[in-house]
Amino acid sequence: MAKKIKLPDFSLHNNIRTLRFHAHEMTQQELADRTGVSRQTIVAIENGKYFPTLELAFRIAHVFNTKLDDVFTVSLEK
Amino acid sequence: MAGKERETLVTLISSMLIMGSYSLYVYYTYLSKDWELINDFKFWGTAFLVLIPVTIGAQIGIHIIFAIITKIVTNEDMDTRSDERDKLIELKSIRISHWIFTAGFLLAMTSQAMGMQPWVMFVTLTASGFLAAFISDSAKIYFYRRGF
Repeated sequence: MAKKIKLPDFSLHNNIRTLRFHAHEMTQQELADRTGVSRQTIVAIENGKYFPTLELAFRIAHVFNTKLDDVFTVSLEK
Repeated sequence: MAGKERETLVTLISSMLIMGSYSLYVYYTYLSKDWELINDFKFWGTAFLVLIPVTIGAQIGIHIIFAIITKIVTNEDMDTRSDERDKLIELKSIRISHWIFTAGFLLAMTSQAMGMQPWVMFVTLTASGFLAAFISDSAKIYFYRRGF
């Protein structure tokens, strides 16, 4: 029988609010339009209530012309 | 309340109104006059077949009116796009409605296996269909509020 591996707990954070501020206070609606989702989805992501797919995460990073690590960060919980 | 939440709420309320008024119509037009119809398969078959186009037509009409009212009040066009979060929420709510309807279907079949009258099966099927739609829409609103 395969041994059960305990996966580490981690939490995801995002810097979208900061990145929007540095992008001349880009609105949530503008980011939503440029990534092809609704404003409510951007709000949910920004508040950490919804984690986007890899595709959307890359789209967001592309809008801010930055790397994925700069948009989303992971912190391991001990 | 966001656009999609409002839209789901309208669907929820309209399905309650449609189902309620159709049930009352069927009861007062047919069943109150001839109670024997309650175990008539032809009666139930016709009632179900009529209910489907009535529901579709009424839902389309209500959503058109809702879109017009939204445009007048908020000056916003209805967002017909469906992004990844919408699809995820849709999938989750459909899964819930399938489980509820399956439970209702099993209950309806059990009633027949136990030798109950046919109307018990039809009422159980109708109620489970309505309940599935109701809880599915309520769950959708909850998921939108929660985030996903």
